[in-house]
Amino acid sequence: MSIVTEKEAKAILTKVLAFSKADECECNLNGQLSGNVRYARNTVTTAGQLSDMTLAVQSSYGKKTGVATINEFDDASLEKVVRRSEELAKLAPDNDEYMPILGPQKYAKTKTYFKSTADVTPEYRAKAADDSITPSKKNKLIASGFLNDQTNMLAIMNSKGLFAYNVGTSVNFSATIRTEDGRGSGWVTRDYSDVNKMDTATASKIAIEKSMGSVDAKELEPGKYTVILEPAASVQLLANMVGSMGQRTADEGRSFLSYKPKEGEKDAPKNKLGMKMFDERVNIYSDPNHPEVPTATFAADGHPVAKTHWVKDGKVVNMPNSRYWAEKTGSKYMPTATSGSIGLFGGGTQFIMDGGDESLEEMIKNTRRGILVTRLWYIRQLDPQTLLYTGLTRDGTFFIEDGKIKYPIKNFRFNESPIVMLNNIESLGKPVRINGAMVPPMKVRDFTFSSLSDAV
Amino acid sequence: MERRDFVKLSCAGFGSMMLPINGNIVTAAELLDRPMDVAMKKQLADVALNAAKSVGATYADARIGRYLNQFITTRDKVVNNVVNTESAGIGIRVIANGTWGFASTSIMTPESIAQTAKDAVAIAKANSKFQTEPVRLAPVKGYGDISWKTPIVKNAFEIPVKDKVDMLLEVNNAALTNGANFIQSILFLVNEQKYFASTEGSYIDQDVHRLWAPFFATAVGKSGFKQRSGLGNPVGMGFEYLDGKKEDKVYVQGANVGYNNSYDMVEDATNAGKELQKKLKAKSVKPGKYDLVLDPAHLMLTIHESVGHPLELDRVLGYEANFAGTSFATLDKWKSKKFQYGSDIVNLFADKNQAYSLGNVGYDDEGVKTKEWDLVKDGILVNYQATRDQVHMIDQNESHGCCYSQSWRDVQFQRMPNVSLRPNAKEDLSADDVIKDVKDGIYIAGRGSFSIDQQRYNFQFGGQLFYEIKDGKIVDQIEDVAYQSNTQEFWNSCTQLAGKSDYRVGGSFFDGKGQPSQVSAVSHGCPTTRFNNINVLNTKRRV
Repeated sequence: MSIVTEKEAKAILTKVLAFSKADECECNLNGQLSGNVRYARNTVTTAGQLSDMTLAVQSSYGKKTGVATINEFDDASLEKVVRRSEELAKLAPDNDEYMPILGPQKYAKTKTYFKSTADVTPEYRAKAADDSITPSKKNKLIASGFLNDQTNMLAIMNSKGLFAYNVGTSVNFSATIRTEDGRGSGWVTRDYSDVNKMDTATASKIAIEKSMGSVDAKELEPGKYTVILEPAASVQLLANMVGSMGQRTADEGRSFLSYKPKEGEKDAPKNKLGMKMFDERVNIYSDPNHPEVPTATFAADGHPVAKTHWVKDGKVVNMPNSRYWAEKTGSKYMPTATSGSIGLFGGGTQFIMDGGDESLEEMIKNTRRGILVTRLWYIRQLDPQTLLYTGLTRDGTFFIEDGKIKYPIKNFRFNESPIVMLNNIESLGKPVRINGAMVPPMKVRDFTFSSLSDAV
Repeated sequence: MERRDFVKLSCAGFGSMMLPINGNIVTAAELLDRPMDVAMKKQLADVALNAAKSVGATYADARIGRYLNQFITTRDKVVNNVVNTESAGIGIRVIANGTWGFASTSIMTPESIAQTAKDAVAIAKANSKFQTEPVRLAPVKGYGDISWKTPIVKNAFEIPVKDKVDMLLEVNNAALTNGANFIQSILFLVNEQKYFASTEGSYIDQDVHRLWAPFFATAVGKSGFKQRSGLGNPVGMGFEYLDGKKEDKVYVQGANVGYNNSYDMVEDATNAGKELQKKLKAKSVKPGKYDLVLDPAHLMLTIHESVGHPLELDRVLGYEANFAGTSFATLDKWKSKKFQYGSDIVNLFADKNQAYSLGNVGYDDEGVKTKEWDLVKDGILVNYQATRDQVHMIDQNESHGCCYSQSWRDVQFQRMPNVSLRPNAKEDLSADDVIKDVKDGIYIAGRGSFSIDQQRYNFQFGGQLFYEIKDGKIVDQIEDVAYQSNTQEFWNSCTQLAGKSDYRVGGSFFDGKGQPSQVSAVSHGCPTTRFNNINVLNTKRRV
């Protein structure tokens, strides 16, 4: 058992709650059905399927809580998991940050489920691998890649009458194609909710072109350059920044959004809410009903979520928080959609960054001198106060001159902050879906490369 | 690729309910239930092996696993969660038509196991259509019925939850009363009860224990904030690791306390609080070339990234190209027998049986008895890390015993063994002895930010604590240090090693690899070591 209907979920969870003797009880049902294929050295290496559903029960006595889970669904198992959570709750010390569960809520509809994706077959997956392998062989290249499709279901019910349900699908494809002599490497990634939008053959062609085009890379001196960051190059920096926007750490003085009072300043705010932090063209928001990156319309605690701006015209306009912190500070509760059921690979906050109409090709055409970056790799934080990160370019880095890609260049290590990146914007292109987010290609001036890497 | 950020799971985040990582939650008492009877496991494993052979498998192995975890997470004075998990089932791997197939199930009836074995064979046969490199296994001895257990003194699962919670809250209090404003502390306990059987004639029952107790402290000052993580190590030990014995402490003059085979977590949290206050006032490093002296709790991660990963044979061959990447340490370099990986005092070895280490097991997950072997000898690259189906590619006929799976549910594949740097064999120097010859240098303790390219050439590492060395003495705590180098240049700049008395084992609890990604735990031993003329950056930036 892995994915159940709303009616079935309601029936299971109602039965679970009937066993509860705790002050408060909340349970959720989390199902996953996924399939994958992996290939390397121009051959399929592994293929697999995973089907699982877990029931989690949280019981509370006052401020004591315990959580237990199980993946068996006969009546005895359901009662057992409730008793286990109650036993754990009785053993646990008081959690002063415990918040009472919510009552019934109303949710907006959202289209996260696509039957086309749920129906992906092993044959489809094998063909995706072949879409890379056959043209690679023809071009004397070596293909490796991975395709994973999944359906996720989440239902929440509690003893105060709350019930939420969502089922969503997603498919993710990536391919790395290298030359036989290892001097060239190209990469591509695509992810969608609806597999009908996936074109693994066309995507593979991009990786093939980048692979052949990146041979004989020239060395450029490290330094500050104008860069065109493809969405895959900036998405992780942006996701890290959005993930660091929480109100609590800012209020506690340990985030890039903590406000440092000036000498003698009275009634200084704790955080930078309402302050301008970025170029005024920067708009970042979450929207569960975005057609390209739909998510559930509720948070992990069952609270509804709707379209919410985090950054508007360069200003920080909202900061995510917990119900506990919102109540403690007298702030509005700003939840984010749960990633439990929405095909956001690796979880995190779904975000959309607005852009312009320019395509990547037009952006290159409009660049006199710059560097095109396919992706950034092994990104790690150096300083949480400035959000300074390090990492490297990988699988396709090219020098642009007079509107044309002139030649491939050796990979660079960068040391840069997304705050600087979002203040140095030259232009923004048309956003595309990447890793469950919407990100525009960006032309950014003075991006800091600190050293060269021999890696291909 | 490095470890998943499991720590995030434990933070009081936006959701109200924290889910366990894998498996069902059980009570503490249930974790101590007797494991499944060995005779029963043998019977079920034979069902799998026979079913696989009956439909055409030329090889089969079955892993019956029961994986127990306990996670306790605290923040300042609050206990966020106490979670016990259990996961049990069987994973069956086969070769049919020269191709691997794998399937797993949690339903442990003979019928279900036989069907799962047949599914694995069907998958192998289906994939064999795309197979261009038929599997070749190195020979391995059938060991018959045999068992192995991590040599623990105190079973951490038997320690009452209250004692563990009290210990973590004492740690938090020590940091908060000595200069920290915030602290999060966590206890991770792992017990893998795994039974391996194969058509080679092995029936191996193993009981593996691991423990990790990290903390993350923060102090907020007028001009910003600083962070300091614990200097303890994840280990293949029981709760005795937290005894904090005097003989396991290493004092470095003017700097930190290092820990060997036991850890005084309260002392470390106390020091963290004090050191955080110094960090807030410490001067920022002047960028340039320095001689670096790296303590073992720091150098272990540099070894992990710049030696452990590039010498994984599957990376070298291209199997990880689409994810973690490939390797600069190509076969031609190894074949030349002249590739100078490091200076001639650099001796790096791999093993799966070092005492107290995370990789310590009797047999790997394909029934190969574990051992020790050289990777870099007198500075020259001499070998890689390989499994049964890989060693023929490097002209060897004995597996290194590097096969591992994170659970019964996932297929086993090549994972990093312990990779360690041998101490100075000529002189048993202390860390202070290594520092005393440095004129202008930096001593770095603890692991910080780490980043390395996909072929493992260019890297940049930070740390937890940084000290300026002048004329052989540590003079000041400094901040904003990261060093950048190239793997081969770095190891060739190694000029001095402390001796065996200073040798300590650190490690990584959650090393990630593969698609879909799996985690594994691995240790790295080393002494305090000196590297000359390394490029140091200042990571402070105005935004």
